[in-house]
Amino acid sequence: MQFYRSHVLICAGTPCILKGCGAVRDAFITELKNQGLEEEVRVVETGCLGPCDLGPVIVIYPEGTLYEKVKISDVPKIVDEHLLKGRIVRDLISEGSIPGIIPYKEPVYFGIQERIVLRNCGIIDPSSIEEYIARDGYQALAKCLTEMKPSEVIEIVKQSGLVGRGGAAFPTGLKWSFTANTKDDQKYMICNADEGEPGTFKDRLILEGDPHSIIEAMTIAGYAVGATRGFVYIRGEYGLSIDRINQGIQQAESMGLLGDNIFGSGFSFKLEVKKGAGAYVCGEETALIESMEGNRGEPRVKPPYPGTHGFLGKPTVVNNVETLANVPQIILNGADWYRGYGTPKCPGTKVFTMTGDINNKGLIEVPMGITLREIIYEIGGGIPEGREFKMAQTGGTSGGCLSGEMLDVPMDYFTLPEKGSALGSGALLIMDDSHCIVDIAESFMRFFVRESCGKCAPCRVGTVRLHEIVKKVACGDGTYEDLEILEDLGRTMRETSLCGLGQSAPVPIMTMLRYFKDEFMAHIEEKRCPSETCKL
Amino acid sequence: MNVVPADLNNVESIVNEIVTRHEGNKHELVAVLNDVQKTLGYLPESALIQVADGLDIPLSKVYGVATFYTLLSIKPMGKHVIRVCESAPCHLLGANSLIDVLRKELRISIGETTKCGTFTLEHTSCLGLCGVAPAIMIDDEVFGNLMPDDIPAILEKYK
Repeated sequence: MQFYRSHVLICAGTPCILKGCGAVRDAFITELKNQGLEEEVRVVETGCLGPCDLGPVIVIYPEGTLYEKVKISDVPKIVDEHLLKGRIVRDLISEGSIPGIIPYKEPVYFGIQERIVLRNCGIIDPSSIEEYIARDGYQALAKCLTEMKPSEVIEIVKQSGLVGRGGAAFPTGLKWSFTANTKDDQKYMICNADEGEPGTFKDRLILEGDPHSIIEAMTIAGYAVGATRGFVYIRGEYGLSIDRINQGIQQAESMGLLGDNIFGSGFSFKLEVKKGAGAYVCGEETALIESMEGNRGEPRVKPPYPGTHGFLGKPTVVNNVETLANVPQIILNGADWYRGYGTPKCPGTKVFTMTGDINNKGLIEVPMGITLREIIYEIGGGIPEGREFKMAQTGGTSGGCLSGEMLDVPMDYFTLPEKGSALGSGALLIMDDSHCIVDIAESFMRFFVRESCGKCAPCRVGTVRLHEIVKKVACGDGTYEDLEILEDLGRTMRETSLCGLGQSAPVPIMTMLRYFKDEFMAHIEEKRCPSETCKL
Repeated sequence: MNVVPADLNNVESIVNEIVTRHEGNKHELVAVLNDVQKTLGYLPESALIQVADGLDIPLSKVYGVATFYTLLSIKPMGKHVIRVCESAPCHLLGANSLIDVLRKELRISIGETTKCGTFTLEHTSCLGLCGVAPAIMIDDEVFGNLMPDDIPAILEKYK
């Protein structure tokens, strides 16, 4: 094996690819060759490091120096000064939100982050199984298969307090035990990678940046519940994610870490990718199963739940990508270790995706229970152009909206619902005071009209009616009665819709009405849009 | 539609080959339609009939599935499909002005195909590129951090 004295890690998550990291990589390779350093310095493309706004981002190890917004023209200087002469190029490390230099843990952006799910993202080459193994990869699987009974695996996951990170927050260990307790000869394990909640891109970047963690976790889950076949259902738009998982499966199979008789334990597990065809509702687990069976992705009536009657009528576990990525670390380090993060009621970390009016858009992982204020102002670098915070929507378009007075509410799966919002998938859409609430509400509702699958009437008709009424208000034709109808219709949809889509579609409107009713009233009574967005 | 892919002449053999690859398994319908769409560019009626026959399922069901998913189309598509993300994060950062420029440049509305058959313009639900919003996807390629002025140069690459 060849040893290198330095490594140049280039973030090659999709956001950095769009910012031109490929050309920067080529420039490094050429320049290193010019300087005769190609045997001493290795260039590695990694998964997402997180600060998408600062891309292309590179980190030079062993120092851990982080250069941001690297241009091709910067490369000769970095190679000449840093890699050849050992002098950090200070004027290329911006004074912005990631201040100064080294060490890896210090900068503000990473300071209050805790990386369990993202521990390998941005650190390893995701196309190399060897690098994953070097970071303790597949050790948790080995431990399960050689030292633990399936029931013990489930018990640790139960003890850890891990709950589903797709949004529903159902206890993972309990979910596994339902399937484990069935006696069927065939059971299935599915990873739900049909990430479609607007504002959420964590699963995409986990799959791109650390595909083997998902493959390992699914195999562990398969062993725990007695499933011998697994599927990763990835949405059709996520090309790179699909490629990385397929490549990972091949590598794991060739090393005997997947397939027949893994580690000589007698346990066999076969994994394959199922590609979606574009439908938001397929993120709902029974709709996803319908799609896998070759049907329209329409949710099933529950119960029975997939745990006992899932894919092809057989017991099936469906877990979100982020949920699974926690599993190997919990097995290796124990439930107590995991409970050391987050809050007693809601242990562990959460991956958030920060979007909208925030200085550092991107991917972060923080302990459960962190406040919105810490995320926005300490990690996110605040609101651009010194504007005022107006509203944050948590949990994606189906999540609730929080106003400025809620900035100090702890963000976890149990506190936010008390405030009428939800943590959901971890999407955080930040809006400054330049936006109109009614205009945003109209955009949200348009989304649900398009994505409702049409199976149940409350959602099929309700989403259209909600949209019509909000649009009427945005055009200045609304009445006070309309707002009452919105409330009433919203309540009805929450109580009568078949699945989470229809149940949560009215949530953004209902929370907006709670916190920003005066803006709706300005459109109705004064025919005026306070932020001058709507054309009245 | 001026551009007719040559493959439309042997729909039968193409569909049969895809059905065989999926072992005639009716549960693979979505995967089969994904593959047919990839080869033919869209799902013509003749292909739907052939799929129904090959997988031994009613044509009405094949039609139902083919029209449910946004990545599948029973209408002929342009050579390149432009999908504009219009979800909240992109909306907030100016997706509407991108759509305005695209409509002006291509002289078509959302859901339409240019006369020359080069481009189809569509909305898409969230592409998961919110970190670099506003974003669009052309065929399998994604673009982010877009300003309206960036659009003409991008289109030029595909003409």
